[in-house]
Amino acid sequence: MAASTAATRTRPTRKKTKLGWNLLGLLVFVTAGFPVYWMLNTAFKPSTEAIDPDPHLFPRHFTLDNFKRALQIGDFWGSIGRSLTVSLVVVLIGIAVGLLAALAISRFAFRGRKIVIIGILAVQMVPLVAMIIPVFLLLNDLGQYDKLSGLIITYLTFILPFTVWTLRGFIVNVPKELEEAAMVDGCTRTGAFLRVVFPLLAPGMVATSVYGFIQAWNEYLYALMLMSQNHQTATVWLSNFTTQHGTEYAPMMAGSTMMAVPIVILFLLVQRKMAAGLTAGAVKG
Amino acid sequence: MSAAETTTAKVPPARRDPLPGAGSGHPGKPGKKRGTGGGAAVPWALLAPCLIVLALVLGYPLVRLVTLSFQKFGQPQLWGFQAAESVGLDNFTDVLGDAEFWHVVVRTVVFAATAVVLTMVLGMVIALLLQRVSGWVKTLINIALVASWGMPIVVAITIFKWMFDSDYGVLNWLLSQLPGVDVTGHNWFIDSTQGLAVIMLLVVWGAVPFVVITLSAGLTQVPKELEEAARLDGAGSWGVFRHVTLPILKPIIVMLATLSVIWDMGVFPQVFVMRGGHPEPEYQLLTTYSYDKAFVVNDYSQGSAIALLTVLLLLGVIAVYMRQMLKIGDVE
Repeated sequence: MAASTAATRTRPTRKKTKLGWNLLGLLVFVTAGFPVYWMLNTAFKPSTEAIDPDPHLFPRHFTLDNFKRALQIGDFWGSIGRSLTVSLVVVLIGIAVGLLAALAISRFAFRGRKIVIIGILAVQMVPLVAMIIPVFLLLNDLGQYDKLSGLIITYLTFILPFTVWTLRGFIVNVPKELEEAAMVDGCTRTGAFLRVVFPLLAPGMVATSVYGFIQAWNEYLYALMLMSQNHQTATVWLSNFTTQHGTEYAPMMAGSTMMAVPIVILFLLVQRKMAAGLTAGAVKG
Repeated sequence: MSAAETTTAKVPPARRDPLPGAGSGHPGKPGKKRGTGGGAAVPWALLAPCLIVLALVLGYPLVRLVTLSFQKFGQPQLWGFQAAESVGLDNFTDVLGDAEFWHVVVRTVVFAATAVVLTMVLGMVIALLLQRVSGWVKTLINIALVASWGMPIVVAITIFKWMFDSDYGVLNWLLSQLPGVDVTGHNWFIDSTQGLAVIMLLVVWGAVPFVVITLSAGLTQVPKELEEAARLDGAGSWGVFRHVTLPILKPIIVMLATLSVIWDMGVFPQVFVMRGGHPEPEYQLLTTYSYDKAFVVNDYSQGSAIALLTVLLLLGVIAVYMRQMLKIGDVE
């Protein structure tokens, strides 16, 4: 969209300067994209070609061997399954509980609203690392150490505030008049919400869920600290490529690709939608 | 918070009252009716599940963090062989009296500050550049940015580790192609300054996309008329940016900078994974230092004290951020 406005503003005299900007832009593209490209490039190279001191920008022999090898290392499917379970459950709880709270702070005037908003924002600011010690001790006491349920509980610490704050952004974008109109037409307040607001909110909820899912999926520190080797999640699984005999970089890049590509695609799908919620609420975990 | 909950629940419903005597957050703006009616009990009922969950998963550990930092808590206490005893401010005096701690603080602050400045400046430059390039270049840049933004941090670390590998890393090879440069076999991590620079590069690479995309969204809201007017008044590109664009973007910039400070002060896996789980002393940042004290030395209370000091250090920044977010929260 901004592309078209840029095009209309282009005058012949500016053509030359535009070339300069474009070249600079391409430089940014190459620099920002290179690490991702290098992962893909290495993932499809035969191992011998990957560890060439004179590397090539394209794989000369295209191979899927690295992916085969990566699937054999550690407990790939188990760790994927655990990551999926934890992320899905966390998002479900987060959306259910977060939606109610987001409704409260965006649709109601009540005493203490500001304090609640400050509270929800403030907890987002507590670094996860600072919490790791008491969380570890807490789960230890509760017998939840090395259990998926324990991990789910801890992930709520960062998913929930994020969910509330972004959903708030989406709810605010639904005009209140729509609700009021439905109530004039005889809907109850709950009815008006369910029939009018909820459908309009659906895309925002999907975006928030996906985004929350990605955050939970990507979490590393808690997954490392609170789960044993037998119950590791996908992010921790990646460390299996490094042993005392060295690092198997080519399969590692294949493993990284398998972990990253689905996430990046999900991310691409909701990114635009999230930008709206982010500029209203601005959160990234 | 629970005290407020019970008191507010008893406030009589302010139905259809344009000037809620019970006091909405905005006594000065009576015309702006936020609610569409309903008692004060409704919002609290809606909030209750969220507040309860947060109190459990965050409130309790936070309180525990504070109490821990005033106790002696190590391996024997963890296994329950000994009761945790209060030691007053001992943990803090120990930590604050340790020269090592102050080295770590300075290193962390320098690291975070440099990373934030780099991220913000690069983000702003790229956001401005996006306004000037052709559509197809813009699309390409956006794809690269979103791909790097969406990359799981651990994957990103892994990729950087591979690119900076001393023997087979593409970076050494690329740099050695430059005339007069030969860094074949150079190990970037022997010298911690270089190593931390690599880690910072990784952090900035991952953080810039978010800044660019948010700033780009903000830039579309800068009225073209204002820029034109400034230009007619004889302002150059820099003048327009300095006196028109920057002031309008200020709230977004403050917010982004604050978030960046919080994230960059909290950098953990980047150092931890890059250094194979055992960062050397000259690589320690406050986060890894606290982790080390707690889980390597098994002194959970000193680890907590360090974590608490980190939080306190951040509080000043958070105060600024809070004001900004409250303003945003009010504009609805």
